[in-house]
Amino acid sequence: MHSKLTATMKLDCSIDIRHLTRVEGHGNIHIRVENGMLMEARWDVVETPRFFEVMVKGMSAERVPFLTSRICGICSISHALASIRSLERAMQVTPPPAAETVRLLAMHGETLQSHALHLFFLAAPDFAGMPSVLPLMQSHPELVKAGLGLKELGNEISAVTAGRCTHPVSLVVGGLSKAPDKIRLQQLLGMIGERKAALDIACDFFGTLDIPRFERETEFISLHNGATYPFIGGDLRSTDEVLRDENDYLLMTNEYLAESSTSKFTRCSRESSAAGALARFNNNSEFLHPEAKKAAESLALRPVSHNPFTCNIAQLVECVHILNDAEAIIGKLLDMDLREIRTPFTPKAGRATGAVEAPRGILYHHMETDEEGKVVKADCIIPTTQNNANIHYDLGALARQALEEGKNDREIEKLATMLVRSYDPCISCSVH
Amino acid sequence: MKNPVYTFEKLKFASFEFTCCEGCQLQLANREASLDAFFSLLDVRTFREISSEKHDDYDIAFVEGSISRSDEIERLQVIRKQAKILVAFGTCACFGGVNSLKNRFSTEECIAEVYDGQPIETLPIRKISDIVQVDLSIPGCPVAKEEVERIVVSLATGSLVTLPKYPVCVECKEQLNTCMFDLGEICLGSITRAGCNAVCTSGKTPCLGCRGHADDINFPAFMELVKERGLSVSDLQEKLGFYNAFEAYRDDET
Repeated sequence: MHSKLTATMKLDCSIDIRHLTRVEGHGNIHIRVENGMLMEARWDVVETPRFFEVMVKGMSAERVPFLTSRICGICSISHALASIRSLERAMQVTPPPAAETVRLLAMHGETLQSHALHLFFLAAPDFAGMPSVLPLMQSHPELVKAGLGLKELGNEISAVTAGRCTHPVSLVVGGLSKAPDKIRLQQLLGMIGERKAALDIACDFFGTLDIPRFERETEFISLHNGATYPFIGGDLRSTDEVLRDENDYLLMTNEYLAESSTSKFTRCSRESSAAGALARFNNNSEFLHPEAKKAAESLALRPVSHNPFTCNIAQLVECVHILNDAEAIIGKLLDMDLREIRTPFTPKAGRATGAVEAPRGILYHHMETDEEGKVVKADCIIPTTQNNANIHYDLGALARQALEEGKNDREIEKLATMLVRSYDPCISCSVH
Repeated sequence: MKNPVYTFEKLKFASFEFTCCEGCQLQLANREASLDAFFSLLDVRTFREISSEKHDDYDIAFVEGSISRSDEIERLQVIRKQAKILVAFGTCACFGGVNSLKNRFSTEECIAEVYDGQPIETLPIRKISDIVQVDLSIPGCPVAKEEVERIVVSLATGSLVTLPKYPVCVECKEQLNTCMFDLGEICLGSITRAGCNAVCTSGKTPCLGCRGHADDINFPAFMELVKERGLSVSDLQEKLGFYNAFEAYRDDET
């Protein structure tokens, strides 16, 4: 980065951030200001592509979720379930209700783990003026302890329901390979009760933070089922009043290749759109648990929030929802017969979309199988892919606003990195 | 660092990632209850995924992922020059991992399928030891944090670092699981290196061999078992090829 103030005190600067830190994967920010005017603001994804849509070709349906979960180290359960849902719909397999309930709980575990990782490890250091969570362990021990407690709980929920927190083992096409142990479910209830205090500590901390004031009118896209806060399947809804069937995901994304990025970009009604916790909140806040609604109220988060920095707050509100909803789901599971958890299936030809709400937003897997149930064509559209264009245009608007407010290059750089982090990008995922 | 038994320096540690999902590095932030103790052994010099601090004076480099682009080769060579101990961290680094499934297709096919033939650089997947010398391998998809903790303690105290020589089968039997073969499934647990606590088979899912082969395996006897049970050889090939961790055995049907 270099900068100089010209004779008229107009800012000249070039901000080049290569491999932004405290995000998953590799992305670059480039902002160029000449004589106080924004000349360029870019978000470039430089991650190495892996070609999962090619790797999956010829693979038997039952093996596919074990491969696609490896698209992401943070949201592997979402990827497994998106593939499972698309394959079950393609081959007309109906999993038993107990399996569906366990899957929802597994999603809750993953979302909690992912949000806690982002809020406390990746985002909080910015607000505390620290380079990482490691010095924060010394300066804010109670806060870090609360964050670790929530993250541990999320991981434990995932381990009990899916066999392992990263890269699940018991989520399979047709249902589950193994039911969760009821004794461990009972223990989870105790853990949840105990960790609600950590939510209060987190709400207190994030409630007092100075969230940057910045808005750019955005189209927010998420799942929507009209009855519950959405996690697995449903219609596709945008805050610009677009409503589509799950199988029509291509019309919602219009994926295109972007210059200097290995990740694609998407758009719907405008030049860009956003997915994620804030999009879910903006489209579905009425379906949150009452405790989560209260938390949103006290954190002054109201739909439709067009400030991308409030995504952090939406994640926290979702954590409140998850702890309370997980309690209810576990109560239900403890009363259920967990012997019927897997529907046997005969492989067949078909094609369908499976959409789930991954922690970072709506995730689509579309699979086409042949008569033997082997995948002949696959398409995966990742939440971060859907946020890339929005991040890109936000960066320009944010830099312009910062210049008007007379901010210097260091302040602009800090705001730009915080902006990108607030989307919690999962870049490896986006360049699957 | 002072301890009643040992006096040792914190390890000057760095973590890097190449073509991968970053799930192995994420494990470093898991097992929250022992996280404070774990990081007390490390002087984190560079760890982009969780820290904005970046220093190039590290001694131990954990390298996650496989290699699929020329800029990755250059970055890896710089790391090799600096690190006294370079650790291949996770299955992608050790064997190429699931990414290697791409190598069944030509580069042109890959790019045509995903990028409509636009110019995108990608090379066939290679494991870390194909490019530079590796001093220590920690396999697993993802790595098992308990094992990583044990290895880091060994490194910090100058003790011998070892991986189990025996197969996953041993750990699976310890947990009294029903054998996957008895459930009619081919399972690689009897030929795969232990250390994962048989996490997949304990979830009633067959082992796909992410940790590579155990020492002194009897592969012909394993093949005999698959055939004796009348199980599908093509299913076996899909499993053996899943992580590219059985390269030497994959097409060996004797």
